[in-house]
Amino acid sequence: MHAKSKQNGHVITVDVRDPTDVLPTPPGDDLPGAARTIDLQVRLLDENDRRAAKNREFLKMRGIRAVNLVSSPGAGKTLLLERTLDALADEVRCAVLVGDLETDNDARRLRREGLPVAQITTGGTCHLDASMIARGLAALPLDSVKLLFIENVGNLVCPASFDLGENRRITLLTCTEGEDKPLKYPPIFTSAHAVVLSKIDIAAVLGFDRALALANIRRVAPQAEVFSLSSRTGEGMDGWLNYLRGLISF
Amino acid sequence: MHELGIAESALQTALEQARLNQATRVQCMVIRVGALSGVDPEALRFAFEAILPGTAAEGAVLQIDPVPAVAYCPVCAKDFTTGTDHFFECPKCGHLCPTVKQGRELDLVRLEVS
Repeated sequence: MHAKSKQNGHVITVDVRDPTDVLPTPPGDDLPGAARTIDLQVRLLDENDRRAAKNREFLKMRGIRAVNLVSSPGAGKTLLLERTLDALADEVRCAVLVGDLETDNDARRLRREGLPVAQITTGGTCHLDASMIARGLAALPLDSVKLLFIENVGNLVCPASFDLGENRRITLLTCTEGEDKPLKYPPIFTSAHAVVLSKIDIAAVLGFDRALALANIRRVAPQAEVFSLSSRTGEGMDGWLNYLRGLISF
Repeated sequence: MHELGIAESALQTALEQARLNQATRVQCMVIRVGALSGVDPEALRFAFEAILPGTAAEGAVLQIDPVPAVAYCPVCAKDFTTGTDHFFECPKCGHLCPTVKQGRELDLVRLEVS
């Protein structure tokens, strides 16, 4: 203890406080001033993103590149996949996970000799999520597989929000859907690495304005590579196949 | 639609940080929400109201700091703000710009604990 005194006007005060004294916290409710601030920078991933990150790591460790195909029902995902698997059969070992609410019709269509393919039946869920993919991956024999195709549930809204751990998200837009689909459903296009404009063999019959559709795609998804093709006639398939070859070449 | 999972994630992080800092109560959480994060601030508040009771963060103030979307135009060499509509068209030259510089944030950035 030390003491000092000073003259303060006519009043003399003597300060005998120990400068090292710490005031005790008063009992009872917390005082507003008692709060401490902690500065952080924590990204808030939800559970799906955590699982997706695990899937991505799992695939990376095995040297597998994954492509997530999303579109409305009936845009031609399965036929594009059939043609793609046939074209790449002698070059790249592929595997397929295909999601639908019910039936294994698509998986049956995609069956090829030596091709690991699994149908994920969601039983009403309108999208695939990362945990479904993790279960699908566990069920597939993945030895020497280089390219995994995930055919998502046909739905232009919900799959946009679910990272599966894929390396590329590909959104299909088909001529019958109308040129302004990208403007009406932006997120699934905005989040795509590439957009496939499909069924261009019937575009003329429909009076489909391809230039307008492409402009709308570019407006919403300037980052995306765009492929115009017809799985049925094979027109435009080369660009798409080269894109996939480019994915696995590094 | 994922606001509940995000709120859970924020709450767990906040409670863990409070423990690490020998605090018993979380009084305030500050979360930065980007315009392109896909998170609806009102839904996030609603989710917090549902999960905070019974935890050390019960009654905590949730502060949501909105982060506007900013894209970069390589033609004008300038940043511009874009709103929430996912269209990154430069207001000056009309160039479509894929580079989003901010707006996807979803971060827990500050806590007040006691």
